[in-house]
Amino acid sequence: MAQSQGGASALLSLPALLNRNATQFGTKPAFREKEFGIWQTWTWADVEREVEALALGLIQMGVGKGDFVAIIGRNRPHLYWAVVAIERAGAIPVPLYQDSGAEEMAYVLDHCGAKVVVASDQEQVDKVFEIQGKLHQFEHLIYLDPRGLRKYDHSHLHRFSDVQEKGRAARDDLIRELEARTAALTYDDPCVMLYTSGTTGKPKGVVLSNRNIIESSKASSEFDKLTKDEEILAYLPMAWVGDFIFSVGQAYWNGFCVNCPESPETMYENLHEIAPTYFFAPPRYFEERITILTIRMEDAGRLKHWLFKRFMELGRKVGPQLLDGKTVSAWDRFLYGLGNILVYSPIRNRAGMSRVRVGYTAGEAIGPEIFDFWRSLGINLKQLYGQTEASVFITQQPDNEVRADTVGVPSPGVELRIDETGEVFYRSPGVFVEYYKNPESTASTKDAEGWVATGDAGFIEDGTGHLRIIDRAKDVGKMADGAMFAPKYVENKLKFYPNILEAVLFGNERTECVAFINIDLTAVGNWAERNNIAYSSYQELAGHPQVMETVQAHVEEVNKSVAEDDMLSGCQIHRFVILHKELDADDGELTRTRKVRRRIIEEKYADIVVALYDGSKEIATKTEVTYEDGRKGSISAVLEIRDAAVVPVVPQKVAAE
Amino acid sequence: MKDTDGSYITEDGRKIGGVVMEMKNITLKFGGVNAISDISFDIREGEIRAIIGPNGAGKSSMLNVISGFYIPQEGEVWFHGKPRPQMKPYEVARQGIARTFQNIALFEGMSVLDNVMTGRLTHMKSGLFAQAIWKGRAEKEEIANREIVEKVIDFLEIQAIRKTPVAGLPYGLKKRVELARALAAEPRLLLLDEPMAGMNVEEKEDMCRFILDVNDEFGTTIALIEHDMGVVMDLSDRVVVMDYGKKIGDGTPEEVRANQEVIDAYLGVQH
Repeated sequence: MAQSQGGASALLSLPALLNRNATQFGTKPAFREKEFGIWQTWTWADVEREVEALALGLIQMGVGKGDFVAIIGRNRPHLYWAVVAIERAGAIPVPLYQDSGAEEMAYVLDHCGAKVVVASDQEQVDKVFEIQGKLHQFEHLIYLDPRGLRKYDHSHLHRFSDVQEKGRAARDDLIRELEARTAALTYDDPCVMLYTSGTTGKPKGVVLSNRNIIESSKASSEFDKLTKDEEILAYLPMAWVGDFIFSVGQAYWNGFCVNCPESPETMYENLHEIAPTYFFAPPRYFEERITILTIRMEDAGRLKHWLFKRFMELGRKVGPQLLDGKTVSAWDRFLYGLGNILVYSPIRNRAGMSRVRVGYTAGEAIGPEIFDFWRSLGINLKQLYGQTEASVFITQQPDNEVRADTVGVPSPGVELRIDETGEVFYRSPGVFVEYYKNPESTASTKDAEGWVATGDAGFIEDGTGHLRIIDRAKDVGKMADGAMFAPKYVENKLKFYPNILEAVLFGNERTECVAFINIDLTAVGNWAERNNIAYSSYQELAGHPQVMETVQAHVEEVNKSVAEDDMLSGCQIHRFVILHKELDADDGELTRTRKVRRRIIEEKYADIVVALYDGSKEIATKTEVTYEDGRKGSISAVLEIRDAAVVPVVPQKVAAE
Repeated sequence: MKDTDGSYITEDGRKIGGVVMEMKNITLKFGGVNAISDISFDIREGEIRAIIGPNGAGKSSMLNVISGFYIPQEGEVWFHGKPRPQMKPYEVARQGIARTFQNIALFEGMSVLDNVMTGRLTHMKSGLFAQAIWKGRAEKEEIANREIVEKVIDFLEIQAIRKTPVAGLPYGLKKRVELARALAAEPRLLLLDEPMAGMNVEEKEDMCRFILDVNDEFGTTIALIEHDMGVVMDLSDRVVVMDYGKKIGDGTPEEVRANQEVIDAYLGVQH
């Protein structure tokens, strides 16, 4: 890439990259945000000015070198500027999940000792004030949206634009100090600290250096040939490493434009308007879109329905081959072209994917059916495998080598190793510096030679060199008869059905597998509406006999498909229950990135698990729930337990290797 | 601390000014029925004033008198220190009074945006012809008005339904769109006819927050009718209580709550 040549040695921090972007492509859009119905644009030169003003304001406020400054809020350009402004002032930005409750936030803010917090709006300000008493180092709060905050005591509360204004006014006095602090940043200074949500225990603060972020951004940009002309939509939590790499690291490295939605609810519409060229979403997003599409198709006329069905079948057959540049018969090629006009292209357009050149999904394994669906539409959707500790990238799928069951080859600069227990280890320039104030965990995760344990079990495929992840290393177990138990594999198959939102499989060290199921309220609700089935709550719908029937059919189909895999045929679901509530991050059942916390669920619903194994027909249970405002309540229900048909398998000994 | 004209600062720091509108001995009859008999009260600048009462107490009739839709047979409505003459609805709107309706009165086939834009009608100066060809002043005017409308849309957090036809929206959202249309007129006095009727708890909480925010951010005077007592007591600065067309109480929520007549009207008494 052209810009990586000249003076790459000087580009040792985000502020340095910002300066290069402002100089080289100062008039090019850097950020857009839709406000008051219009996309507002800031160029790289604008961004440099905004960042400078804020950085000066922060210094004036007393932010010192090495201080931590937290950022809480949805994706807004101002908060992204805050990231770089904080770094310019010599401090370390700590983006937090905006939907975490006050308690969770108190832990993190206290752990990093944040002196200043930049918050988006009243909701976040209230949260911080609520826990203020527990935070000893906390001094100032900066807010972005003034709404509802006029009457608050402003002795420690400052409006974002006022801080910038004060910074501008004090420019003459402080600019030397600011320049000195920015110039002093080295490649090994911390760039950001991100808290991992973790499927177990307290969050850990992962410190990533400028080297980590910039080297990873550079290597991955080259891998996918990203340019300064990409457009992305920033809609994933700022506290998540993926968003930091895409919307900050790669955006600054390449100088491409980051677009922020008008509000979380308008995300789909804004996606359609922007039509990004480079797109990232967790598997859940792709599942949701298919659910919506399926519901719409249910409501569509007969002709449309027939066309959709017919061409999706064809797409599934030849779409991925065409994407990978493999040969397809001329007739199929012709039909696919026709389908492109009639079906694929309109769907791509509606989904805001008509310009996507590179699309990624990661964070969790994606169901092969879901993955193939999008590929068959002609979207270059690929998988990557990453972690916060790796600055995202461990493996990626190169173009034309995309498969649903692997996560790709090692990213440039990454070395892989599989240890004797099957756990995947990696070493790369992106490997994190440390867990903040937690040398024990740092030592148990990263060894002296820089190898990091992923906690995932996997193997490298012979011939292709692709990595295949089986499951979380600690989730993969053995069934009583010694067969492999890999819950996620089965759960993903279940989640392919639009009616099923979440599934949790149990069976480790047991003779057979059982499952918890969460129905998808959107899809099942729509079905209920069309069939005149009245329901007043999630719980009532979840317990409806016809819903039970439908889910049972899905479970039995999954059993058939699982039985086909020799290694995992023992994981068929013998009995299942539809839970009376949605698994929720507020109740600690999911992580903030919506991964299932298996152990916690197993403990919390221990009574249901027992009932699933002891042959009872139903179970009366009571569950504590946490409302969004932090209050607690409980719901009780009587749940029906069903047996599902399984395909008999000849027991066979699975070889270890 | 009260000033000589009665203006004061509330506990939460809002300024309540002098009297904007005063009802003087209003009596309204439909045939032989007295819907309102001899009621007097005032509305102060910047306050949230509620009118409550059981069904059939004459609350909506009162609101219609305030808005100038009904002409009382006896008594006078004073607005900004002068008796108010009989007015056409558009004249009322020009005086800076906007309202919402109990049974939502939106243009069902139009989008949310278009509905809210109609709130700006009284502020549009260009003629029919100019608006039809949409050149020059008409274009500038529409852009300026759209800006105000967009701010209201942002304020009420209805960006996601901007282009959705109103007909398909859930009830709670329609209520919010109606409020948006009233706000788009940039009123000085906002009349809300049962803003929470038929809403679930969450929608009510949202609506309360919007009403408080409107009052706080824009200093809009708000008069509202409501029969959900809890909501009224939390929101209002002062409350008028009506029963069978008569005023039976007037004062702060605490005063009203302690008023025996009010308690009797709501809980019933043994005769």
